[in-house]
Amino acid sequence: MPFNSFRDFMSRQDVLAFAVLAVLLIVILPLTLDVMRLNQAGKFLAFGFVAIGLVLCWGYGGILSLGQGVFYGLGGYAMAMFLKLEASTPENTSIQSTPGIPDFMDWNRITELPWFWVPFESFTLSLIAIVVVPSIFAYLIGVAMFKRRVSGVYFAIITQSIAAIMTILIIGQQGFTGGVNGITDLRTLLGWDINTDFADYVLYFVCVALLFVCLFIGQFILKSKVGRVLVAMRGSEDRVRFSGYDVANFKIFVFCTGAAFAGIGGAMFTLQEGFMSPSFVGVVPSIEMVIFCAVGGRLSLVGAVYGALLVNLAKTTFGEAFPELWLFAMGLIFIGVVLGLPNGVAGLYNSYAAGPVDKVLDRLFGSENSDGLKLSQQGATS
Amino acid sequence: MFSDFTAAELTAIFAMQGFAGLILFAVFVLMALGLAIIFGQMKVINMAHGEFMILGAYVTYLTSNAFAQHLPDIFGYYFLFAMVLAFLAAAALGALVEWGMIRFLYHRPLDTLLATWGLSLVMQQSYRSLFGAREVGVVIPDWLRGSYKITDMVEVPISGLFVMAVALAATVIVGLLMYRSRWGKQVRAVVQDRPMAGAVGINTARVDRMTFALGCGIAGIAGSAFTMISSTGPSSGQAYIVDTFLVVVFGGATSLMGTVASAFTISQSQSMLEFFIGGSMAKVMTLLAVVIILMFRPQGLFTLKVRR
Amino acid sequence: MNATNTDFVLAVEGLTVSFDGFRAVDDLSFYVDRNEIRVVIGPNGAGKTTVLDLICGKTAATQGSIKFMNRELTKLSEPDIVKAGVGRKFQTPSVYTDLTVFENLEISYPNSLSVFKSLMFKRDAEVIRHIEETAARIYLSELLHTQADLLSHGQKQWLEIGMLLIQKPQLLMLDEPVAGMSVAERTQTAALLREIAKEHTMIVIEHDMQFVAEIAHKVTVLHQGKILAEGSPEKVKQDPKVIEVYLGH
Repeated sequence: MPFNSFRDFMSRQDVLAFAVLAVLLIVILPLTLDVMRLNQAGKFLAFGFVAIGLVLCWGYGGILSLGQGVFYGLGGYAMAMFLKLEASTPENTSIQSTPGIPDFMDWNRITELPWFWVPFESFTLSLIAIVVVPSIFAYLIGVAMFKRRVSGVYFAIITQSIAAIMTILIIGQQGFTGGVNGITDLRTLLGWDINTDFADYVLYFVCVALLFVCLFIGQFILKSKVGRVLVAMRGSEDRVRFSGYDVANFKIFVFCTGAAFAGIGGAMFTLQEGFMSPSFVGVVPSIEMVIFCAVGGRLSLVGAVYGALLVNLAKTTFGEAFPELWLFAMGLIFIGVVLGLPNGVAGLYNSYAAGPVDKVLDRLFGSENSDGLKLSQQGATS
Repeated sequence: MFSDFTAAELTAIFAMQGFAGLILFAVFVLMALGLAIIFGQMKVINMAHGEFMILGAYVTYLTSNAFAQHLPDIFGYYFLFAMVLAFLAAAALGALVEWGMIRFLYHRPLDTLLATWGLSLVMQQSYRSLFGAREVGVVIPDWLRGSYKITDMVEVPISGLFVMAVALAATVIVGLLMYRSRWGKQVRAVVQDRPMAGAVGINTARVDRMTFALGCGIAGIAGSAFTMISSTGPSSGQAYIVDTFLVVVFGGATSLMGTVASAFTISQSQSMLEFFIGGSMAKVMTLLAVVIILMFRPQGLFTLKVRR
Repeated sequence: MNATNTDFVLAVEGLTVSFDGFRAVDDLSFYVDRNEIRVVIGPNGAGKTTVLDLICGKTAATQGSIKFMNRELTKLSEPDIVKAGVGRKFQTPSVYTDLTVFENLEISYPNSLSVFKSLMFKRDAEVIRHIEETAARIYLSELLHTQADLLSHGQKQWLEIGMLLIQKPQLLMLDEPVAGMSVAERTQTAALLREIAKEHTMIVIEHDMQFVAEIAHKVTVLHQGKILAEGSPEKVKQDPKVIEVYLGH
């Protein structure tokens, strides 16, 4: 491990933030929500994966991607393709003119499974694809852009265009992708019915577990020297370059990590929602994902999860209660957060609550500051 | 794909598609001009630009209704008034938005993107509440209807010719404003060195507001032109935002001629391809080509090499 | 100086760069000896900073060659030039304002430069010792855990010099290292640079003639991208051409 002590990996406040989130997701939500609502919360959490990735790329790496929906979609579609093939056994599809292929292919007069569908007959390959395909795609974009030092708004616009292209392509190529309806009617995972209440519970907890895996990976990256190099790059990219680092590689790395997280999120969404469609891929959902991250706080991994939960919760409750007004409310929230809360909910916490919380912790466990100072002095003299 | 057609048919196809592309070109140019001024000159990304265009379209629709009711005698000329009103309405709202929002975000360009996205949602919902979710269309006056028949197979609609004339006129006026007027000089001074421009007595805040208002106003005119070729709905503008951003970036973001040339290239290739491989694939291929070219030439097609 | 003319650390020959026809650096040749402090002076726009940009790879040369310890630099990427042993300080101090002095030096420590190695990088005793030694040389020992943003302008200049030192480059290039410093800080900096010259070779861009006289072994005067004069500080000071275009102002 690259850390001298656990404190170097997680400060006391980090531990507290992770623990509170864990209690909320593992204890409070499952005990208070009915299964339908819990399933909904699980789907919100699926967006949390994307938001965590955006904290890495955007908050720390300074790369604003408006195409995270693409990676979310790639992961989600990879999962959906596997589930669809499982659902499309020759017996289940015997009324089709070509049994054994997905129904929408048959409707589009396709008679043979396309080559890029074939790997998704294997569960293992599909699981690998969920993480690897978005990463490779991100890698290609990253190499092309960052090696040529394209960044900032140009990168945002190009990734946005890629999201647009992807949606048009998915919708246009109905026979291969299921078109605008997406891939629907997903029933079982390795023979296990994913539409039961029990399955909803299990999938929710799997989603929470994976979310924490991603949170810990994110924490590891940020607390390693990579995190400090990213912060340094925000300050002076040239200085980093002339200290011998290949700046582009660091950007590519966080961008790929963000894409992999998004892919996992997409796959978890597909499992919990029971379908995947282009409406989670395009320009609009991609920007919404950035908003989740902005609302939660672009510099806080845990904040990003809250951001995804809060915005989606507001969207659903507001959307159900006042369908005509929710766009208004969303728009105003976005403007308000950007103008008034550039560091989101986490920023609010840091300005108002972190101090008092520290005092309480001091009283309970003794002062961390004197402790922390001792540690660094130790490090400095050893 | 060409082998199924005779040479004469191909010529006619290219002529017709080329002309259809020219109308798309006109809308692109009008949209992109505004965006390029705002983005190229101020580094602000206005995601609500499409909604400013739609504001112009709704103003045109309202004007046409008002003329039909109260001034039926001169209904044929409502469009000229509508363009002026559309410009004024969009410019006024633009100035208001700059004052209330954008000016706080000049040093955070990526954040203007998010804030203006929020604005675009608010605007879309306002349109939906005010005008309903259904798309509305205007009655095109008689003198803009019909078409010139050039050959047996090729005819060009007059409304399209008119839209193009408007786009070209707007380009020329913007060009004159930017490169021949005192105001344009001030804008360029602020772009190059904001503190210095302020120090020599240019009111930079006012220049910013006027620039943003002008960009939005031109989007309003684009909206007027838009009613000639399509009906208007609350979220019609959103469909154009990705394309126009690409037009601006592809054109090099700072040069007016670059923007025009880039709008022409993109609209023409989209329109030509459309006939052969269908609308959605044509768009995919065009956008993809532009994105790939930008990956190899990120500075756009028309930029100077400068000492940095 | 103990170098012979056949053993240059840096040999620049026929170096030219043009921006849209404007020749910022025009057929420039000069040679720097081992452990020499070479100061480059010249009026604004003479191409001083551009020469440093060319050597460290920030700007690509149109023509000519830059040989560093007999290795051609014009074909290398910026990080590779750094790894070859060339360090560069920028005109405006660029330190990482969000990080502490310790972290600033740690990032500059020439170890674990790849992404994967950075992930696994551990702050071991060796690293800490290097950082503390460097901090002592640049007069910042007391401020190791201060955020760099809170340093004075002069301290930021020192920190950036320290960030170069910890890289242990053979050649240090400093762009206006005493700009914005108090008189006392200048004296300290001059001492620091003389100390550094015992182990490293340096190219310094500077305007302050008194400071130049204090540190320079040799002075190169640039004017419109060309060398106007070269030699000892005293000789250059008396050169009528130099007085006319530069010192006379």
